Amino acid sequence: MPDSQLNSCRTATIAVLVDNEPGILARVVGLFSGRGYNIDSLTVAAVEDGGNRSRINIVTSGTEMVIEQIKAQLDRLVPVHRVADLSKNGPYLAREMALIKVVCPHEGAGGNNRAEALRLADAFRARVVDATTESFVFEMTGSTDKLDAFVELMRPLGLAEVSRTGVVAIARGTRVI
Amino acid sequence: MPDAHPHQIHAEIPAPGAEILLRALKDQGVDVIFGYPGGSVLPIYDALFNQNAIRHILVRHEQAALHAAEGYARSTGRVGVALVTSGPGATNAVTGLTDALMDSIPVVCLTGQVPTHLIGNDAFQEADTTGITRPATKHNYLVKRPGDLARVVHEAFYVARSGRPGPVVIDLPKDILIGKTLYTPPPETPHRSYRPQTQPDAGQIARAVAILKSAKRPMVYTGGGVINAGPAAAEALTRFVRKSGFPCTSTLMGLGAFPASDPQFLGMLGMHGTYEANLAMHGCDVLLNVGARFDDRVTGRLNAFSPGSRKIHIDIDPSSINKNVPVDVPIVADAARALAALLAAWEADPTPVDRPAIAAWWRQIDGWKGIDCLRYIQPRDPGSIIKPQYAIQRLYEITRTVKQEIFITTEVGQHQMWAAQYFKFEEPNHLMTSGGLGTMGYGLPAAMGVQIAHPDALVIDIAGEASILMNIQEMGTLAQYRLPVKIFILNNEYMGMVRQWQELLHGGRYSETYSAALPDFVKLADSFHAVGMRAKSVDDLDRVIHEMLACDRAVIADIAVDPKENCFPMIPSGAAHNEMILGSEQVGSVAGVTDEGKVLV
Repeated sequence: MPDSQLNSCRTATIAVLVDNEPGILARVVGLFSGRGYNIDSLTVAAVEDGGNRSRINIVTSGTEMVIEQIKAQLDRLVPVHRVADLSKNGPYLAREMALIKVVCPHEGAGGNNRAEALRLADAFRARVVDATTESFVFEMTGSTDKLDAFVELMRPLGLAEVSRTGVVAIARGTRVI
Repeated sequence: MPDAHPHQIHAEIPAPGAEILLRALKDQGVDVIFGYPGGSVLPIYDALFNQNAIRHILVRHEQAALHAAEGYARSTGRVGVALVTSGPGATNAVTGLTDALMDSIPVVCLTGQVPTHLIGNDAFQEADTTGITRPATKHNYLVKRPGDLARVVHEAFYVARSGRPGPVVIDLPKDILIGKTLYTPPPETPHRSYRPQTQPDAGQIARAVAILKSAKRPMVYTGGGVINAGPAAAEALTRFVRKSGFPCTSTLMGLGAFPASDPQFLGMLGMHGTYEANLAMHGCDVLLNVGARFDDRVTGRLNAFSPGSRKIHIDIDPSSINKNVPVDVPIVADAARALAALLAAWEADPTPVDRPAIAAWWRQIDGWKGIDCLRYIQPRDPGSIIKPQYAIQRLYEITRTVKQEIFITTEVGQHQMWAAQYFKFEEPNHLMTSGGLGTMGYGLPAAMGVQIAHPDALVIDIAGEASILMNIQEMGTLAQYRLPVKIFILNNEYMGMVRQWQELLHGGRYSETYSAALPDFVKLADSFHAVGMRAKSVDDLDRVIHEMLACDRAVIADIAVDPKENCFPMIPSGAAHNEMILGSEQVGSVAGVTDEGKVLV
């Protein structure tokens, strides 16, 4: 590999299929912290084999050499079945869900942001899943960038709390990991 | 009355977990366990009491149980087994586990645990053993149901010995050891997820052969992976090196895979490797790495490591490839299979090697050899102080006259490097040393494990006076089992390697490295029912070595050596292979070591 490719950083979305056993998440997280790798986002849930297999989606960043090393280190863990670098093997979908709480009192209580928050939510296709006279909770699904953008727009309108799932990802087309 | 003999328990009749455990161990071919009892493992000790198939060796500290299991494993090629209690038993085992992890030694460690209903309650002698040992093992298990016990034991042995070998912990809550369950024999189906690649890719082998045939300045660099792959790998390596006519060097962990007396062997490489090995690494145009991992002791400054070479790397662990050094031809495979395939492809390929170029390369290497980087001067006047190099050299020469098979273990430090430099290893599995972790106190318990596995062999622990004190309590184990281990202490009254670094890098401020208040090792040997002897000057050395070898009991030979001697050649931290210093006359050049270099260990 040429040096330029080895030294430039990239973001990778890695899917890992594992046995759903106690300690597997600690094993994966410990690998990242012990070897000084970054975790930008991590999701995990049982996905197949009657709950005996879980899928971990990890978004990480590093040089090409580091990312290859992360994949090799993950792959040699005993309970790991498959490791796939979705961001390298062709087009893929990556989605995140967020619940976003905006506290914006109605006009009688001195607020004037409710209409603007709703307009923006509509533009971003965020759904209102909870509303009081003082607040909204928006539910939104999309790419990390889109969620980031919406959260930033809500900030001056009374953004109070954000809860995000982290990225889940899957390859486009017929390919499976 | 139910039959208490584990080897007789019936698969269809439930038996207590401890008996199921022993049955599983026996089916895995275990004949010896190194252990130390305690509250949570009492059921296992009770089951051991009732049988004769598995021998238990009582160590004096759990760390030693792990090192003994490592010594047993590395000298036999089998999986070593240790048994320790919960809490402090398990935490004491962590150093040994990490040592086995770093050096890829197959070990299964059984740890006791408080009963399942007390886990998480801060019970007496409770520790989160799977949590603590997770980064110290290749894999670990907590058995939570009696029915899983036999399956987990079989899987643990499979994981420990397969692929890149390593330590595996099985944490055993006390109720699991008492509860009755059925036995399950070793599985015949492949493991559901862990199936390391052992067969090399034919295309990569062909690419490797094409590069090797085109080499003008080739170099073969071998490591512990060749030894882990078994005697067939060492044989294939030797055949390949001789057939190709290429020079060969080895890491500390690989010594013995290629015979050290062979003229094609350039000695060990790396920080205290030979001048010719390191310069050949630096100057080669094709580098074949078999079972080594481009460790920092070997590469020196990475951006100056073997700068002009195309690199081929055979390793069973894909994560070892392209980790530190990018390579041109990666080959993921077992070293024995890869070398066999490489030999076959080499022979099938009619392309001749570039004989004139390789002859010129050898002339250059012979020039480097002419420097005689391991030379030292031993004054011969009566009463002269012994040079440590001379002590090892005489030990080596005198042991040539012994008919027994000889195994060497070492502790960690200067004596370890001198052993690697001056003791010539001709066969694999005959040097046990702590390479990756650098564990002082490794050598004595490892020697115990070797001696248990090879009762008739001559087992020598080449030690330093500081290291040996780290597990000196194992003298008791030697006495109990009448193990005639020979402890050959190069006593320079300093933690020599640290003192050497203080001399070279820290202005000679010998902060806390003087071995003050040392015991009288002769009396110490005596009090542990062993034989103590001492060499004070060069006049005593041969006599003491002969007496030590002739003694049929455990021996501590306290060899007083020159306290000022340093280990050379040396690649200073942060330097490249071609920036070696050869001896004390050159230490001024170490002054050029930058802070960046000083940061490195």
